[in-house]
Amino acid sequence: MTSEIAEGIIKALQLLFSLNPTIYSIVFRSLYVSGLATAMAALWSIPIAVILGMRNFLGKRFIRASFNAFLGMPTVVLGLILFLLLRRSGPFGIFGLLFTPLAISIGQAILMTPILVSFITSAVESVDVELRDLARTLGSSEIQASTAILREATGGVILAIIAGFNRAFAELGVAMMIGGNVHGRTRLLTTAIALEINRAEIAFSIALGIILLGIVYIIAIILNYMRRR
Amino acid sequence: MKKNIGIILVAVVVVAVGIAAWALTIHEKEILVVSTTTSLYETGLLDVLDNEFEKKYPDVNATFISQGTGLAIQTAMGGDADMILVHDPAREQAFLEGGYGVNRKIVAYNYFVIVGPEEDPADVKGLDPVNALLAIKAAGEQGEAIWVSRGDDSGTHSKEKRLWTAGGEDATELRDQSWYWERGAGMTATLAMANEKRGYTLCDMGSYLNNYVSGTIDLEIVVEAGRDTLNVYSAIACDPRNPGLEHVKFNHTMKFIEFLVSEEVQDILADFGVDEFSQPLFYPAVELLEEETNPTTASWIREFAFIDGTECPAERRYNAGNLSFLEIAALPTMIRREIFN
Repeated sequence: MTSEIAEGIIKALQLLFSLNPTIYSIVFRSLYVSGLATAMAALWSIPIAVILGMRNFLGKRFIRASFNAFLGMPTVVLGLILFLLLRRSGPFGIFGLLFTPLAISIGQAILMTPILVSFITSAVESVDVELRDLARTLGSSEIQASTAILREATGGVILAIIAGFNRAFAELGVAMMIGGNVHGRTRLLTTAIALEINRAEIAFSIALGIILLGIVYIIAIILNYMRRR
Repeated sequence: MKKNIGIILVAVVVVAVGIAAWALTIHEKEILVVSTTTSLYETGLLDVLDNEFEKKYPDVNATFISQGTGLAIQTAMGGDADMILVHDPAREQAFLEGGYGVNRKIVAYNYFVIVGPEEDPADVKGLDPVNALLAIKAAGEQGEAIWVSRGDDSGTHSKEKRLWTAGGEDATELRDQSWYWERGAGMTATLAMANEKRGYTLCDMGSYLNNYVSGTIDLEIVVEAGRDTLNVYSAIACDPRNPGLEHVKFNHTMKFIEFLVSEEVQDILADFGVDEFSQPLFYPAVELLEEETNPTTASWIREFAFIDGTECPAERRYNAGNLSFLEIAALPTMIRREIFN
């Protein structure tokens, strides 16, 4: 049994270094899908977070608490909801999005929104109160003030984006349920590992696992480094 | 605060005792692990058989791991199951001859069909399976049709690959083409995708009816059942003489295989699904083969699923007890002549 594992790892390394096209197309697709998801999520999360961080209004605490609560959103539940919405007979069925990479990106973007909003809100709030007031009193417009604050909170924003990307990149539920794990279309690192285990392609799974862990690890290291700064 | 800790402690103790008690009751029974295919499992047939079996043998707890046939066999080879119940004669032969399995019995059969959208964009209605696939490929290359493949090394996937091969195509090359969607999942998931994408797929009759009647899919059968799409399910016990499989529960396994080929279970098979689908999902194979109740189908099964002229080669039989194995050589001369001509 242990020899099987060792054999699997050796074969996996061979696959990695032979630049196996199937493996690398899966890796690049994963990076692209999660990257697009991160861009989308940032597009709406940053404005939400700036408003939450800079303004006081009724219900703000409740909204913040809700975003915090969804930090641990189970990916399969999100996958289920999106599946029901996107399927042909569902309300958004006419767009034909189910089983496309874009659908996965949308799902992952929703998944990481709470992470981005929570982290960035905290970062904005941690910017010196005086600076916030200063920005406003200097007569700059709301947008100018927000940009100034965001510039101060850059570290926190990047941290949030990296953490969000990591969450999307490593998730399985959404990619499996609304991507459908189709070879050459929507097969990502996580879904491929799940499938190859089902096909008893142990070496292939290990190779993909090494890559997935490697990327997640590198990202976490960067994250840690930035946090300490 | 102290009160809370007390409550938590009590809760933890109650849960722990509960789990322990549950674990003990489970362990009173011996667990028989059957490694089987998704097509059998998803129809719910195995739950029915499980209930009947445990009524008869209350000390055995039959559990099923449902995977594609490829992995189902791998699981058994790795010693993680006591027997297999699968549908891929070529792989079954390899399993027997590799020294992993003994006492193979053919239990049931049904047919694969090609299903697709009602509009039938590739115009395959009325074609035989191989030509239908080629027509789908041709339409697919024009961007007019989609083929959804299981792509999970299951028995159904094997069958599909063999049909492509019969048509002079190589499925491993097709998978990179735009009209060929390799799903990598079980039958129901694959059907659901074909349904969404208005594509075609190969499906066993049981899974098709199960999903069609429940309303999961509205695909139609475009290529009917026939000789080329026969689907035969067999049970094989893991060989306890194999050094990696010494721990298997051979006695319980044999009880289960005898149970599967018993008249009682064969009758259950013949009835299973009839109320709901107005036809059975699986057909019992034992009487058919033993008594030649339908010579044509029997000869198809022999041709497709017998290994070297028998259900189970003589050297792969071991402490079979009450089981007997069918051989073409033992058939009446008249039928034999028919087979060989």
